[in-house]
Amino acid sequence: MGFLDILYFMVPVSIAYAAPLIFTALGGVFSERSGVVNIALEGLMVMGAFIGILFNLFFFDTFGSWTPWIALIAAMIVSGIFAILHAVASISFRADQVVSGVAINMLGLAIALFLTKMIFEKGQTDFIKKAIPNFDMPFLSDIPVIGPLFFKGIYGSSILAVVAAIITWYVIYKTPFGLRLRAVGEHPMAADTMGVNVNKIRYIAVIISGALAGIGGAIYSQTMTRDFGHATINGQGFMALAAMIFGKWHPIGAMGAAIFFGFAQALAVVGPSIPLIKEIPTGYLHALPYVVTILALAGFIGKATGPKANGKPYIKGSR
Amino acid sequence: MSNRMINLLVPAIAVILGLLVGAIVMLVSGYDPVAGYIALWQGIFGDSYAIGETIRQITPYILAGLAVAFAFRTGLFNIGVEGQLIVGWFAAVYVGAAFDLPKFIHLPLSILAGAAAGALWAFLPGLLKAKMKIHEVIVTIMMNYIALHVVNALIKTWSGGGDKTDRIMESASLRSEFLSSLTDYSRLHYGIIVALLMVAVMWFILEKTTTGFELKAVGFNENASEYAGMKIGKNIILSMVISGAFAGLAGAMEGLGTFGNMYTRGGFTGIGFDGIAVALLGANTPLGVIFGAVLFGSLKYGALNMPNAAQIPEEVVQIVIALVIFFVACGYAIRLFLTKISKKKEEK
Repeated sequence: MGFLDILYFMVPVSIAYAAPLIFTALGGVFSERSGVVNIALEGLMVMGAFIGILFNLFFFDTFGSWTPWIALIAAMIVSGIFAILHAVASISFRADQVVSGVAINMLGLAIALFLTKMIFEKGQTDFIKKAIPNFDMPFLSDIPVIGPLFFKGIYGSSILAVVAAIITWYVIYKTPFGLRLRAVGEHPMAADTMGVNVNKIRYIAVIISGALAGIGGAIYSQTMTRDFGHATINGQGFMALAAMIFGKWHPIGAMGAAIFFGFAQALAVVGPSIPLIKEIPTGYLHALPYVVTILALAGFIGKATGPKANGKPYIKGSR
Repeated sequence: MSNRMINLLVPAIAVILGLLVGAIVMLVSGYDPVAGYIALWQGIFGDSYAIGETIRQITPYILAGLAVAFAFRTGLFNIGVEGQLIVGWFAAVYVGAAFDLPKFIHLPLSILAGAAAGALWAFLPGLLKAKMKIHEVIVTIMMNYIALHVVNALIKTWSGGGDKTDRIMESASLRSEFLSSLTDYSRLHYGIIVALLMVAVMWFILEKTTTGFELKAVGFNENASEYAGMKIGKNIILSMVISGAFAGLAGAMEGLGTFGNMYTRGGFTGIGFDGIAVALLGANTPLGVIFGAVLFGSLKYGALNMPNAAQIPEEVVQIVIALVIFFVACGYAIRLFLTKISKKKEEK
């Protein structure tokens, strides 16, 4: 297999793996830019993955081929609502945000599995009939080299993810809301004196992060696993969190990092058919994305500094 | 109401709220919460076999709780207990199966191997935190997944493609005929003694040694400790290593006591994550950890009885555990509520 063939093989898989990470990492950007640490991304993603599959299974007869897309919206809404729990704990009740996030992660998985057992009476759901389809982009896929790399057999959700990253960048850096969001995350007291409602902005940000993580989860379950069980998400949310840090809390940076992590995951999947990497036993290949993440954090970005007020509840009147 | 009283009441209220919401969840899902909790109770205390198995389940919970609590006291959040537990389990089983030694050497050696593996797994996040200021939460989470996949691969290699390791030698086993026969042939083993011993060890390190004092000081205020001449980096690494050793021991208990071997796993054991709940509920004190472990260990084991006795999925208990952590995290609101009540009482 030539080098180009390997790329033709790997890049589409990488992009497919990256899409859910991009959405979830963008959610993380919203939340953490407003000053709320969001380890809960994993649990929110689990919820989204579960709702996506559930909706797809139950409403396929009603919506036909549109089902996976409407399932994304359903997952978005439910995970957005679920995120309110994290918001209440960390904004209103001044909880330790990491601890609250851990609780949400456990809760998300527990609720999803409880409902799975209740509805399907087994450990995982049935397989969905209609997954998110992949297609060849007209015209663009005919371009030599670039076409087969980026536009052949691409999932619609991957295109959505890139669009979402650009929209997020615009919202955070070019709109008044974005300015307030960043101000609240850097110096809530200054924002407060200028008449910004700190807690309101943070609530909105956390709910948006839940909604985006929900979409990410539903994309993952509807493209990769096509059913839901205890190991469906298995760390994708944490990977997205790492992507956000790796991307230095910037939407475009987070997208780039997510694509990189998507590549690392693709390596584990398609590795057995690539010369050289083939020699590594698959078991160790599965550990590779995580090793790469640690190396990336240790080697390439240096000291990562997040928003200044990240993780601190805002208490009016305190210095 | 005194501050001390409130400190005790907050976790108690969190547990009650957790159970209450769990009951509501069952009710809404069309199950009978009374039957559910009776099944849970029967699963924990129903007969001497259940009690023996419950104590067995509590053993790794105590150690996992100690691991999380110890790191917390130094201002570190070790989410990596799960991974440290898995490597500790594997290392203990490996030493237990690969060598043939007299019991008084073999058993301690196997236990120590587990502790050492856990410590090693925690050393790296500690080092990265100390030297490069990389947040330990991210690194330990990644180390969890690396542990899971690497240990699975190691088991495959060792067993020649199979999905379980050899059984450990009798000389490395924590199994106890005596404890087992006492509890109607449950799998109760001597690990509980090791766990309680470690509670004492943690208390001793934190309260009676200079090292413990330094560790706590760094946890309270890094800058002040540095100004006082303490080495921050060294203390961070040391804290992670000790925490990891506790976690590795938890794995060794599973390997040498409960199971006697190790299987490849599709996902995590969950003990490490529940250890976070144990530590939080116990306010990160050694004695508190015992209470937390007794509660969560019992819930976890008793839950297994729920599908049989009341046709309720056992996951409902995991929901309760998650809710308890959530409510403990929201301690501020509970505290506020309690002070309000006590003030009203004083006014009357």
